[in-house]
Amino acid sequence: MVRFLLRRVVYLILLAAIATTLAYFLAATQLNPKLRFEGRNPPPSPASVTATLNDLNMNPDVPVIKRYVTWVNGVLHGDLGKTILGQSVNQQISTRMWVSLRLVLVGSIIGAIIGCAIGAYGAVKQYRLSDHVATVISFVVLSIPIVVLCKLVQVVGISLNNATGTPLFFTVGEYTPGDSSWTSFPDLWDRARHMFLPTLVLVIASAAFYSRYQRSAMLDVLGQDFLRTAQAKGLTRSRALIKHGLRTALIPLTTFFAYNIALLFIGSFFVEIIFSWHGMGEYLVNAITTQDINSTAATTLFVAILVLLAGILSDVAYAALDPRVRVS
Amino acid sequence: MATPSEPIVLAEEENVLGETAPTSRGRLVVRRFLRRKTAVAGLIVVVLLFFAAFVGPYLTKWSYTEVDVNNPFSPPTTSHWFGTNTLGQDVFAQTMRGLQKSLLIGLIGAVLATGVAGILGAIAGYFGRYADRAVVVLIDLLLVLPSFLIVAVLSPLFRGKTWLIFVVLLAAFQWMLTARVVRGLTQSLREREFVASARFMGVPGWKIIGRHILPNMASFLIIDATINVSSLILAEVALSYFGFGIQAPDVSLGSLIGEYTNNADTYPWLFWLPSMVLVILVLAVNLVGDGVRDALDPNAQISGGP
Repeated sequence: MVRFLLRRVVYLILLAAIATTLAYFLAATQLNPKLRFEGRNPPPSPASVTATLNDLNMNPDVPVIKRYVTWVNGVLHGDLGKTILGQSVNQQISTRMWVSLRLVLVGSIIGAIIGCAIGAYGAVKQYRLSDHVATVISFVVLSIPIVVLCKLVQVVGISLNNATGTPLFFTVGEYTPGDSSWTSFPDLWDRARHMFLPTLVLVIASAAFYSRYQRSAMLDVLGQDFLRTAQAKGLTRSRALIKHGLRTALIPLTTFFAYNIALLFIGSFFVEIIFSWHGMGEYLVNAITTQDINSTAATTLFVAILVLLAGILSDVAYAALDPRVRVS
Repeated sequence: MATPSEPIVLAEEENVLGETAPTSRGRLVVRRFLRRKTAVAGLIVVVLLFFAAFVGPYLTKWSYTEVDVNNPFSPPTTSHWFGTNTLGQDVFAQTMRGLQKSLLIGLIGAVLATGVAGILGAIAGYFGRYADRAVVVLIDLLLVLPSFLIVAVLSPLFRGKTWLIFVVLLAAFQWMLTARVVRGLTQSLREREFVASARFMGVPGWKIIGRHILPNMASFLIIDATINVSSLILAEVALSYFGFGIQAPDVSLGSLIGEYTNNADTYPWLFWLPSMVLVILVLAVNLVGDGVRDALDPNAQISGGP
């Protein structure tokens, strides 16, 4: 078991390294940081442009390999380089990642729990009214692009504010400007009111998604003999369903969860941008539009590490849930 | 994706091969599809949208680039059915143009993605060894790479060129999960007698894949392609929203929605009408996909999903 996990970890680390390398080369050859200095008035001297680009390690005249080696050398020493504006990428990521992670983790975990509960319930009550209603709702939600869902939630939130006459929810930013502390109760309350709507978007989207898969996984399990056996040996139906049914049905979902974290991250980019949170999504889109090579590569590295962690976590969860894996 | 249904798909194919029933498989599938009212409704909506996308532009006197200088920010009227934008461009004409793009991107992309998945998955599963290793590593690698980022970085490549390059790029990140399932199905098919006998007769591997392996998972591939349509439409929206997809002056539903997001509160028709068309399209395509899956593979329990 430990050896299996160790081999997976090495494999995943290799994959992350290759993915980041690929992204660096793509970004370094496709993006053109020189564009930033064109069309300025007065035009900067070519020498100063070259000096700035050299300083940022983004000079297109330096061979890509050489720039890559410099960048990797920095990364191995814990330095992800500088953004196109000369700020430290480390600093950007270390503040922004928590903004995104707060959103994604809270949203996806609550969403997964609600989705699994709805899906499992729907499977148990197959073809009853509650199952049909859940199916229709999840179908409609899955057909709404996340951008439109964000706007919908915003509109509903604003109209709720108007209806109650008090601004209960905020649709812009992560906290009221000038008040970014975490310490007092009013600060936390302020953050919660900002966080509610964007998190709701992710919860709705991921709950709809997981409910479909959980429902089908649960239906597969419901027909199995071991559930009947469990009831025959004296368990009540609900106990048998939860202890033997739900647990088995969750197994295929764990792998799914891992690959969806990356997907959700992209989805959360829209949420961040529409709700004006300064997270990784905004960072990535800005990096590409401002021709920022280092930031683009660093974001890939970040997502790759996230997928890697999720992959390892899902392997562990798989082992914990499936006794066949644990024993062998 | 449909891993739990693997053996069922095979079992069904077997029944069909040894068919004794009087109704042909094709007719049976059509009948099963027609029995589902939601699927039929979805199909009708898709056909109507197709019709609207390609005939609609001729019904209105405005083209999607034309500027009605006297009527900027006009709400929906009899002249401008979906209203106009800042410049006075007709939003209906733009939406229909975008709908064309979304439909074509979804269909072409889905066929490409499922095609690549079928071929690479079958090669990996059938030949094993190095081919298998290579494909599995490629699949894992592409799953780790954030597709959004790669396509966005590559967007200068197809700027000013044909949008078909964009479709190919989208499809390039859509085949991996399917290829995994195809690989698994191929591995079990390879052990079957009819494949073994073909091999012993000296039929080359690529011919076995084309004649025996892929036709035997046709229903899975068709189901997968129909599901891919809606995910590709949504992927296009995501990229074009940020300006990394279809480029101006051409428009797509994604670029329209992206452009008009900031007008959603002040000029609601600009944002909500294209969005509504998009949601209806995706919902209809999903319903058709669900119906196709039930018709081809009635034992599979999975329904919905992206």
